[in-house]
Amino acid sequence: MRLVVDLNKCQGYAQCAFLAPDVFAMHGEEALVYDPHADEEQRERVARAVAACPVQAITADGLTRAAETREASDGR
Amino acid sequence: MAADYVEWLRREGRIVIVGASLAGLRAAETLRAEGFAGELTLIGDEPHEPYDRPPLSKSVLLGRASPHHTELPHRREIDAKWRLGVAATGLDLTAKRVRLADGDEVEYDRLLIATGVRARPWPKEEEARLDGVCLLRTREDAADLYRRLKAGPRRVFVIGAGFAGSEVASACREMDLQVTVAERAGAPLVGALGGVVGAVAADLQSENGVDLRTHVTVTALEGDGVGRVRAVHLSDESVVEADVVVVSLGSLRNTEWLTGSGLGAGPRGIACDAGCRAFDFRGIVTDDVFVAGDVARSPHAIFGYQFLSLEHWGNAVAQAETAAHNMICHGADRRPHLWMPAFWSSMFGVNIKSVGVPPMGEELMITQGSLAERRFVGVYGHQGRIVAAVTFDNTRWLEFYQRQIERGAPFPVEYPTVDRRPEGRQPVPAAFPDPSLPTHGPMVTLSGYSPADQQLVFHPARH
Repeated sequence: MRLVVDLNKCQGYAQCAFLAPDVFAMHGEEALVYDPHADEEQRERVARAVAACPVQAITADGLTRAAETREASDGR
Repeated sequence: MAADYVEWLRREGRIVIVGASLAGLRAAETLRAEGFAGELTLIGDEPHEPYDRPPLSKSVLLGRASPHHTELPHRREIDAKWRLGVAATGLDLTAKRVRLADGDEVEYDRLLIATGVRARPWPKEEEARLDGVCLLRTREDAADLYRRLKAGPRRVFVIGAGFAGSEVASACREMDLQVTVAERAGAPLVGALGGVVGAVAADLQSENGVDLRTHVTVTALEGDGVGRVRAVHLSDESVVEADVVVVSLGSLRNTEWLTGSGLGAGPRGIACDAGCRAFDFRGIVTDDVFVAGDVARSPHAIFGYQFLSLEHWGNAVAQAETAAHNMICHGADRRPHLWMPAFWSSMFGVNIKSVGVPPMGEELMITQGSLAERRFVGVYGHQGRIVAAVTFDNTRWLEFYQRQIERGAPFPVEYPTVDRRPEGRQPVPAAFPDPSLPTHGPMVTLSGYSPADQQLVFHPARH
């Protein structure tokens, strides 16, 4: 699955690195490195990371961020 | 009539996007999301679906991602006709046609140009062709460089200590490779962040074992008998033996294909209005041609309506969304592109982020943390107000400073903090280099007021 992190938004809370450590890792205290092409078997973990990110910075194929769900239900 | 035209365009018009990278993809998604039901064509010179570039100098070189798999996730189906692996070579504004390298022509009703930038090559072609002389912009570049680094070269030489060059040097040290970095200015990152912050970046490199050479230029690349690079000659007459040379001299905007088209396009990009509509060379705004991403230069209200050229990931996304929105709506519903410039980098385990336009600042004030600890917030001031901020491992404060910039908060900063540091919280000259001297090139460029003006206009530290 393809994924991308908006690193302008990312504030290094590291939730993703705890929830999907094979995909996301902290590099130093607050820099994030990640694999933009996660194995399909990581989908469940990536989904948890997407949902848990406090600043909603992760976009991944087929996974909707909470903010977008809200926007959709607002009729936007 | 105009309203009818927009309705017709949304229903069955033809929109062509030239440039199939981040901006092109996000624009296509926005067009569909906002109800464009006509024919959509994406043209890209690279034979790949849109992929992300920032990981190429970070995750990929650190061995955490494959250079061939950084494709961008899609936010939605875009039902587009893809013309990949074929460059646009010309534009006929009157006939509303894009010419392609394979001789084909594609007609449009509205056009979005998002052709971005490419790496500036080493200027001496014969030397640039030597085996081991690398650029880093495309996924092929990244795959080639990674392969060479994995092979364990005796020394890597990086020409230019901008963000990309510094990130390469950082990756080399992580791989325990010997690396020399040459920079024309007095420190890394000076074009983007000035000499005070540059000095911190210099310490960071030296302490991590980088052989940093400043105030030097590379005069020649020397090859061996079979055409492999083997040494780098410097302006101080020293010679450094190296098996891999990474040319990291900034980028060139992909506007050559527009030469003679009549658009206001040149080396600094394509001028457009705040709504992303391209100007022609007379400074008159066009109706059906829009611009987004690295190739655009657009006026920004917060920065005195100067034209800004931004090589920023976030700008590509935001400007693409605004351009796409404006392409398919009525005049009154159009939005200005008011995105706050922002970028990030990481090197040697330190996270560097910025908002605003640092090169506009004459003075710098460390408001939190300390330079010595390499954990700080620096605020840039111009004519008594805050125009930018930079953080080293202090990203959570950046949003606060972004608000300060947006509301034109005074500089020097006047709010008290408990964070009394050795720097004494006094403004110091930000020490940007003389703009007449070429460096690796900042990623934020102030490019003047006239849409037809192709000159670099720069605010030096002292007028």
